Amino acid sequence: MNNQKHDAAGYWRANLRLLITCLVIWFSVSYLFGILLVDTLNQIQIGGFKLGFWFAQQGSIYVFVVLIFFYAWRMNRYDREFDVHED
Amino acid sequence: MDLKTLTYLIVGATFVLYIGIALWSKARSTGEFYIAGKGIHPVVNGMATAADWMSAASFISMAGLIAFLGYGGSVYLLGWTGGYVLLAMLLAPYLRKFGKFTVPEFIGERYYSQTARLVAVICLIFISFTYVAGQMRGVGIVFSRFLEVDIITGLLVGMGIVFVYAVLGGMKGITYTQVAQYVVLIFAYTVPAVFIALQVTGNPIPQLAFGSMVQGETVYLLDKLDGIVTELGFSAYTAGAKSTIDVFMITLALMVGTAGLPHVIVRFFTVPKVRDARASAGWALLFIALLYTTAPAVAALARMNLTETIQAGPVGEATANLAYAERPNWFRTWEKTGLLTFEDKNGDGRIQYYNDTNAEFSATAEANYGWKGNELKVDRDIMVLANPEIAGLPNWVIALVAAGGIAAALSTAAGLLLVISASISHDLVKGMLARDISERHELMVGRIAAAAAILVAGYLGYNPPGFVAQVVAFAFGLAAASLFPVILMGIFSKTMNREGAIAGMLVGLVFTMSYIIYFKGVFIEPLAENLPENWLFGISPEGIGSIGMVLNFIVAWIVSRMTTPPPEHIQHLVEDIRIPKGASGATH
Repeated sequence: MNNQKHDAAGYWRANLRLLITCLVIWFSVSYLFGILLVDTLNQIQIGGFKLGFWFAQQGSIYVFVVLIFFYAWRMNRYDREFDVHED
Repeated sequence: MDLKTLTYLIVGATFVLYIGIALWSKARSTGEFYIAGKGIHPVVNGMATAADWMSAASFISMAGLIAFLGYGGSVYLLGWTGGYVLLAMLLAPYLRKFGKFTVPEFIGERYYSQTARLVAVICLIFISFTYVAGQMRGVGIVFSRFLEVDIITGLLVGMGIVFVYAVLGGMKGITYTQVAQYVVLIFAYTVPAVFIALQVTGNPIPQLAFGSMVQGETVYLLDKLDGIVTELGFSAYTAGAKSTIDVFMITLALMVGTAGLPHVIVRFFTVPKVRDARASAGWALLFIALLYTTAPAVAALARMNLTETIQAGPVGEATANLAYAERPNWFRTWEKTGLLTFEDKNGDGRIQYYNDTNAEFSATAEANYGWKGNELKVDRDIMVLANPEIAGLPNWVIALVAAGGIAAALSTAAGLLLVISASISHDLVKGMLARDISERHELMVGRIAAAAAILVAGYLGYNPPGFVAQVVAFAFGLAAASLFPVILMGIFSKTMNREGAIAGMLVGLVFTMSYIIYFKGVFIEPLAENLPENWLFGISPEGIGSIGMVLNFIVAWIVSRMTTPPPEHIQHLVEDIRIPKGASGATH
């Protein structure tokens, strides 16, 4: 029981660390690159896109999709490492 | 075959499909009615969530909105996708582990309070009805434009279809019809986009065409567009006109609001496992992203097409403007619907389309070119609806766009109606008024509530209270300021208590509602002009939900420190929902 409890706490800490990392990226691509720093990044042109504009209308969305799948994949591994998985 | 017959055929075929699915997937228990027996595969649920989420507004209006706002339209693209990251990481897996039927049920149990549950039900019903009225309106409009029947007939047909699959099939029926509707709508959206991209840039992939050079020229599409629109007095396409703080706050309110919308959250209750809830959010966003990354490309291409059609040569040269008598066919078609109107203010028989609210450019245009004001009014919806005609695509593509628009509206309407009926039959009737009601009776109450909700939604769609169109901000702002924070704190804080949650929800709700009513005048006349000078910190009513959310967190935290902590069993409940182990699986 005690061991189990310890595992649950460790699992939660690992989850929070992963979560914060993911949310920092989430914030950076959308709010930072797409909004707050958009004018600066727009100085850089890649192909026909100004970089800041591209993050706001395309790039962020791609990153969001990848982030969720990465989080889901990493959490599945934590579920097993800390022995809190279903079935 | 003529367009009308084709449209009837294609739209009719999709209806037969939806009803067939409904009959095949009839719900037999409350578990199936509310959450499809927790038996939905995560990819299937992702697709259903995408259809549930993408409404008539996403399908018909969003690209047009972006076309006119340019960079400013990014708030919708970011706001309506970024919320899924929050859902996948902060809400969905834990609520799935909790494993009950509705969002208010979680709030009621976590905060050991029927009052909290009731406040949540009120928020949910208000949010969902605001939203569904717009969907029914969308169904009516698509019917009347493409099938040339009047709005009421269109509405009745739409209500009839939703009635069959929502009332009979419940969540199970809705899920499988939404999958079919997703396929119809994504096909209808991307086919015209691919052709237009190909025509303008020679690149068939809209996401890339958007950043390519214009066919036969050595200039990038976006650079050319920036040039043309600024010459006509508009702000540059890639720059936009809103202030940074407002863009930030609107994006945040839409993201958090998305994560707090009950009809979206509840979709994650339908998968068999906690890990499916995480993956399912990824699949949902992937399916959504197909449309959401195409939309800005459609927007830029359509703005370019429109501007170049009207302004065919250098600005200021008299013959550079399109002569009204020589307007293309799609122009004539959409004039009939009133979505496109021309008024020859300077009597030269040619169309001048420019930004006449730009004082400096206006003065030049009047003095040097003899222009007397902007002569063309363009409804933003036309950008998607007229696209196939502008690109000269065959009639079956136009018919497909009609079917896609209807699919988008119906799928969202059904999802909303289901959460409304579930919160009435499960939270109000079973949870508060008649606790000992049998499952069979509860299922019947659920069906009656769904039927009643359809009637109310149909009425609101036919007779929209003046505020529906302008208060999408309401649904998102309220979800962001009321439901999202209490659910989040319910999972991530063991010490958040009943008093804190109720106080937080009420403050968030009242603050956000008052601010919107103050400037937008819902139910009453606006008390102040909706102008940046009057706004708090320069934040528009669309973005104020972000501040409401922050207030909710602050008030809840302060109140919870001053009152009794939650009982021990609640702290155990929180510990339990944080780990996947022990989640009850599919009910059959």
